[in-house]
Amino acid sequence: MESDILVVDDSAAIRKILQRVLRQTGMAIKDIHEAGDGQEALELLKSKTVQLVLTDINMPNMDGIQLLATLKGSGNWKDIPVVMITTEGGESRVAEAVKLGAVGYVRKPFTADQIKEKLTGIL
Amino acid sequence: MDIPNLIAGSIRRAVAEVFATMLSVELGPGELVNDPALPEPPEGVVSFIGLAGPWVGTGTIMCTPALACRVCSQMLMTEAASVNEEVLDAVGELTNMVIGSVKNDLEKELGPLGLSIPTVIFGRNFKTKSTAASEWVVERFRWDGDEFLIKLCLAKNEKHAAPQPIGHTLPVDVKV
Repeated sequence: MESDILVVDDSAAIRKILQRVLRQTGMAIKDIHEAGDGQEALELLKSKTVQLVLTDINMPNMDGIQLLATLKGSGNWKDIPVVMITTEGGESRVAEAVKLGAVGYVRKPFTADQIKEKLTGIL
Repeated sequence: MDIPNLIAGSIRRAVAEVFATMLSVELGPGELVNDPALPEPPEGVVSFIGLAGPWVGTGTIMCTPALACRVCSQMLMTEAASVNEEVLDAVGELTNMVIGSVKNDLEKELGPLGLSIPTVIFGRNFKTKSTAASEWVVERFRWDGDEFLIKLCLAKNEKHAAPQPIGHTLPVDVKV
């Protein structure tokens, strides 16, 4: 079954790179949707069904941790797996994300192989 | 603890890693610039990002418009002939990844640090000035014929008692 993925990052550059890298993984992906922050992501999820959210942590308006907490606290979206993509190597924010229900994280900079390895078994 | 050496070594490692991973470019090692009061180019792209916590500071990348376009072209695999939103975004993300990686190294010695969202400026005849109490560590890198600088200053935050809000940085004036 082909999956829809939501990529959330305030950097259009990273969203574009992730579009390319996700296609390169050869995984069964139908559509890749984009949002620039957590608020945009929540708006988009009202009209799209996705099987995975890949989100940056450090974003304006609503960051990735707030987005994750909102998704996991909701009725409709709590079962969508969320993977954090971040420059943060510090344990505290990553640990916070895992505690809130993130299924994993990928550190920037990343390679296509690292993304594929992380998503295998989730999709 | 030799903070400037720690920063310089970390910048070199981070630049090599980010360029190799995200741009598929193997850069030569950086070179420590001993005169931080370098004359600024008449035209350029400057990106700033703040660090906060028990230590506060700012990291910057300074490059020519041509190099900024080259970073964008290589990173996004798209042609960038002049500085536009996409180019500024690519330079901002490069700064985020390089200084973020340096931050991760520094945290092992200095404790948890927060990282702000990058700000990127492009223009002509502007000057930057920092009121930071500490010296800048400046590393120069060469990508074929183009040069770029990565600078970082860090000072102990005497007022630090609790985690600072992300975005708290040493003030930097930009005069156009």
